[in-house]
Amino acid sequence: MKRFLKSTVAGVTLAALMSSLPVMAAETGLDPNAKQGGGIVITYKDDVATLDPAIGYDWQNWSMIKSLFDGLMDYEPGTTNLRPGLAESYEATADGLTYTFKLREGVKFHNGRVMTAEDVKYSLDRVTNPKTQSPGAGFFGSIKGYDAISSGSVETLEGVTVVDPQTVKIELSRPDATFLHVMALNFASVVAKEAVDAAGADFGRAPVGTGAFKLAEWTLGQRVVFERNADFWRQGLPYLDQITFEIGQEPIVALLRLQKGEVDVPGDGIPPAKFTEVMADPAQKARVIEGGQLHTGYITMNVAIAPFDKVEVRQAVNMAINKQRITQIINNRAVPANQPLPPSMPGYDPSYEGYAFDQAKAKELLASAGLKDGFETELFVMNTDPNPRIAQAIQQDLAAIGIKASIQSLAQANVIAAGGEKDQAPMIWSGGMAWIADFPDPSNFYGPILGCAGAVQGGWNWSWYCNEDLDKLAAEADSMADPAKAAERNALWSQIYGKVMADAPWVPVFNEQRFTMKSERMGGADALYVDPVSIPVNYDYVYVTDVQ
Amino acid sequence: MLTYLARRLIQAALILLGVSVITFALLYLLPADPVRQIAGRSATAETVENIRRQLGLDQPFLVQYWRYLTGLLQGDLGRSYLQRSEVSELIAARLPASLLLMAGAIVCELLIGLTMGLIAAVRRGTPLDQGLMIASFVGVSAPQFVVGLLLLYFFAVQLGWFPIGGYGTFQHLVLPSVALGILGAGWYSRMMRSSMIDVLRQDYIRTARAKGLSRLTVLMRHALPNAILPVIAMIGIDIGMFMSGIVVIESVFGWPGIGQLAWQAIQRVDIPIIMGVTLVSACAIVLGNLLADLVTPFIDPRIRLR
Repeated sequence: MKRFLKSTVAGVTLAALMSSLPVMAAETGLDPNAKQGGGIVITYKDDVATLDPAIGYDWQNWSMIKSLFDGLMDYEPGTTNLRPGLAESYEATADGLTYTFKLREGVKFHNGRVMTAEDVKYSLDRVTNPKTQSPGAGFFGSIKGYDAISSGSVETLEGVTVVDPQTVKIELSRPDATFLHVMALNFASVVAKEAVDAAGADFGRAPVGTGAFKLAEWTLGQRVVFERNADFWRQGLPYLDQITFEIGQEPIVALLRLQKGEVDVPGDGIPPAKFTEVMADPAQKARVIEGGQLHTGYITMNVAIAPFDKVEVRQAVNMAINKQRITQIINNRAVPANQPLPPSMPGYDPSYEGYAFDQAKAKELLASAGLKDGFETELFVMNTDPNPRIAQAIQQDLAAIGIKASIQSLAQANVIAAGGEKDQAPMIWSGGMAWIADFPDPSNFYGPILGCAGAVQGGWNWSWYCNEDLDKLAAEADSMADPAKAAERNALWSQIYGKVMADAPWVPVFNEQRFTMKSERMGGADALYVDPVSIPVNYDYVYVTDVQ
Repeated sequence: MLTYLARRLIQAALILLGVSVITFALLYLLPADPVRQIAGRSATAETVENIRRQLGLDQPFLVQYWRYLTGLLQGDLGRSYLQRSEVSELIAARLPASLLLMAGAIVCELLIGLTMGLIAAVRRGTPLDQGLMIASFVGVSAPQFVVGLLLLYFFAVQLGWFPIGGYGTFQHLVLPSVALGILGAGWYSRMMRSSMIDVLRQDYIRTARAKGLSRLTVLMRHALPNAILPVIAMIGIDIGMFMSGIVVIESVFGWPGIGQLAWQAIQRVDIPIIMGVTLVSACAIVLGNLLADLVTPFIDPRIRLR
């Protein structure tokens, strides 16, 4: 739900990785300055939900699970470049329908048992089995036999075959350009069957994987402690001996404790109310690392509710919003956006100019739609700062062209519920619920939030925009699994989003930046602290400088 | 006495049943859909429906409630939607922290409240009395999260006397106890003041003074025990007040109790946890009131329980 991924070269990488020749795993260079040992303290406000990789799906447990478990694929630290994980190498057939993964030798689970191809198959069967209730089951839809297992008629995925203990073959029912990204998702992590059987529904509290860290302690409501996995299959990693996650700490308290040297990374980030103060103090600013993320904040206009059924009205609203001012409201923690895709996503079209801020022209458009005197409408917004303030800015911009919008400020769950009903929310500001990609691929911004599949009751397509021609183009793009066609595929996606913007069901407002604060003693490349897949930091690669 | 107790216990059970129906119904009617909170955004409609079915949330209200109730009667509070752990386990892990905080708060409110009330009564009508009563007014009306944050800022951040939130040692307990106790201290000081003024008017006080006892002896030995008892009987009722207070105070101080658990669960629409915490709090309130009623006749023999 809250993946923060960034990519500049993912398309290129995908092309490089998806060749039909075997791709060998290359160990990423270790940091020569890194020291082994020591521990860090990370704070969070909320309890850790679960550490079961099939179930955990919030930005807090996502990176924790990443350090406890591994999948066949992985990303180079600090980037969105795919690399083999538990797989040593893999081959794909020319039609993109069969992938054969060769596993690394001698990888051990935290319980000491050696991991084999059977475990890979078991894990994929488990995540797609409806009884597991995995939120991510749908990602595996392209694997052959998915429909049978998700209907509950069988217990195993037909398309996943154990060739020998070190080899697993996965057959797809359709070419899927995103398949290797899916194999790098936490949902595809390899788990130890005996540990799942032993813990039952409590596996999320007693996780056993192959990752860099293993769970050492979990005191409910207080702390979770990870301990270095001495048998980790990536030689020399991780650097830290221990990570302590302290739970129940307000972000503001975490910041104060960081200033006193009691905390290394406030997991919930810098509290918005303190952001300006922190950035104005050179000593504190030096410890803040900024990075991009695959996020877009937008206003949806419900095409099923008049007058937003008129394209002129939606375009007029696009011209009426002063995005520069809105980014100022959040202390410039974002950059203005003009299209659904964020700039670092493949398929982003830098030549697209979008709708310029022009309220006079917006008024003309409204008049041409027969709404010279404007109209009244409602703007739904989540009730936590800074969203109500942003909503007020939007309200003023709309008032300038004669649209009187009343603000409905509600709890997150209620806004989501209203958006999922066809006749309830004419406009929604997405702040606090905005789309952040699960993986760095342009398709991830379409299906659930702009495609027909999401325009259903309880769906996330809050503008209820459904263009069947675009759905067809999207399906076509996603079947272009041949790496040689990556550029062509991205161009097709640019075209799809260009057509979306012509119909203007959204006002893309801004792309949020990410800011991680760390203690002075923490070392490692800056990229590790804004790692696109591990929020707040990449635990496997960071280290502390004050150990001997 | 025993029949009284039996009747009150039956009443208590009915109250708890009522609380469970109302809370369950309110959560059922909530426009938010817990399944979509669990499934997240990338889940397909199929996944959402599957989770709904597995959790039994596709069933009509009465069926859902009946299932919950039958589980409850067997001591099963269900599993958290998002944490996937047993709710009873989550609550049990956090209950000691909340009880400790409440005990700390009771000590604080009695110490602060009774002292203020006593001084105000003795110095009745003086500026000191007025000052103390204004302070108690502020204590009663100040929002608890503001009090909590102010205490945290001055005593932990500025002066460094106490840790900045957290749990574990006696030092950790002080600030949240004071923050939670200040509200009650306001009430107690006013009750103590009027009770004390009442007692000081009694004949036996004049008699005691007349036989030559010192002011202090009369106050401490004769007046205080009589004035304090009706006030202390209120502690049972306080528990209800604390139950709402801990939600705020525990969040501010990072105190790992059930209030914090409830607050998180409300934000995430984690219905089994909300139900569990509500029922545990309701039990505490019912028991607290019962205790207050049972104690009263021992303090004031004029009152009889029937």
